Amino acid sequence: MHKRNRIILDAGIATAVVALMGIMRGVYSNELMLFNFIMFLTLSQGLNIIYGFTGYLPFGYVGFYGAGAYGFSLVVMHLHVPAMVGMVAAGAAALVLGVILLPLLRLSGAYFAIASMAAAQAVYEIVANPDLESITKGPYGVSLSDVFAPATSYYVALAILAGTLLLVVWLRNSRFGMSLQAIRDDSVSAAMAGVSVVRGRTIAWLLSALIAGLVGGVFAWHISVFYPDTAFDLSVSIFSTVFLLFGGATTLSGPLLGVFILYGIYNIIGIAVPQYFQFTYGALIVLLVLFLPNGLVSLLTNRGIRVP
Amino acid sequence: MDSVVQHQVMRAAGIEAGYGRVQVLWGAGLDVKAKESVVLLGANGAGKTTLLKVIVGLLPAWKGSVQLDPDDVTTWRTDKRVRRGMAYMSEIGVFPGLSIDENLRVGGQFIERSALRIRMEELYAYFPDLAHRRGALAGSLSGGQRKMLGMAKALASSPRLLVMDEPSAGLSPLFVGQVIEVLGKFRESGLAMLIAEQNIAFLDLADRVFTLEGGRIRFEGSVAQLEADDSLHKAYFGLA
Repeated sequence: MHKRNRIILDAGIATAVVALMGIMRGVYSNELMLFNFIMFLTLSQGLNIIYGFTGYLPFGYVGFYGAGAYGFSLVVMHLHVPAMVGMVAAGAAALVLGVILLPLLRLSGAYFAIASMAAAQAVYEIVANPDLESITKGPYGVSLSDVFAPATSYYVALAILAGTLLLVVWLRNSRFGMSLQAIRDDSVSAAMAGVSVVRGRTIAWLLSALIAGLVGGVFAWHISVFYPDTAFDLSVSIFSTVFLLFGGATTLSGPLLGVFILYGIYNIIGIAVPQYFQFTYGALIVLLVLFLPNGLVSLLTNRGIRVP
Repeated sequence: MDSVVQHQVMRAAGIEAGYGRVQVLWGAGLDVKAKESVVLLGANGAGKTTLLKVIVGLLPAWKGSVQLDPDDVTTWRTDKRVRRGMAYMSEIGVFPGLSIDENLRVGGQFIERSALRIRMEELYAYFPDLAHRRGALAGSLSGGQRKMLGMAKALASSPRLLVMDEPSAGLSPLFVGQVIEVLGKFRESGLAMLIAEQNIAFLDLADRVFTLEGGRIRFEGSVAQLEADDSLHKAYFGLA
């Protein structure tokens, strides 16, 4: 396929998803569920940027999300600024955490995954410390009723999703994205091809952190009452990772499919037959790992077909 | 001494390096002049790969210096040296998850787009096997084709100096012949080359030869001089 057609197809998919989530809000009444869909669509793409393009899988991805949620809450609670300023703080908090954790990129594979999880846990312990109640409200949770605006925050979340999808489309079609994939395949060879490995990894890492931070911020805004246990819930990491791997990393459509299918099933089973939920979900994931370790899209990519 | 002073592309001098506490190189050095191809001969364990790694920046030098005209690059990172015109082809060298076309584009990602496009067409003319399968994933290529792709990728940025670590490794004699033929064409086009090998077939390409033994340069000279030296002749060409 010609490169321009590829970009048009990728951008078309991104636009369709954003439009769908925008329209659904007017059609379907369970707004929180739709909001959660947007969150996971964005988070799994954010994770795609660091895992799909550079090969690092941070189990502690939720740490950036939590940092974003608390970055938003702290400035809104203490400085009484408008929510949009809070969103800037959310992104900044995640970026600062990303910079602090840059040395983790010296690790690889499981060591990196575990170390990032420990880092997220450390941030949680600080935030949830009862001695810091005057600042973070400790384990008792945050209430942000002043800025509660479900409609506005929904559309801000949608805008973050749109920006993230466009970023992935760009990465998939740019020299920079290609050099990131080269780093993932073989970082020594990439350096030998003139790719600045450190710079590439750092940018991907910070972009990925920024996205999770913004999602965390808009989560805090939308939900407005939450606890450290919710903001640093490890299942945020696990869900995003599973959706990404189920669909297929490095593609645009893989993580989208993963979220729509798995999170869709999660919601259907959870409502209809909750007693079989864990079993069905577990079985699905086991089957996938056994038979399609590279995700759903590998059904096509294994046959040499390019998936958007 | 040549009457025409040849411009020097790269010079490594007094290199000492190793892994952990094990010292491998003991003051080794060599130089490559413009348009010259230099073959570095040495048995397994002599330190060829280590010396090349120091030259391209994958291993720090404990002592000594590496000069890539006109800069002292001793402390530079690999990617910066590559951007200044030093290309390295190792045994691995291709990105299996990217297509042939994308591999070449990564190889030349720091040069101008239009220049890269022209360069890629030139390279496809040198490597017709690759030209037929531009969209194929590098992971689907045979060992010999990967070697060709590794070479094309290293050359995509039009480097001044191509450094190669055992280009013959893992190849059938037929493919070794093809590699030498292609390298010969690049040599004619004026590319300076540094080739570490134990396969003496590559001496056909050599303007000068260095031999490495126990981490030290033992001999430097022309192929004819190497052949004239009895002990070296025995060591590298077998009993004659």
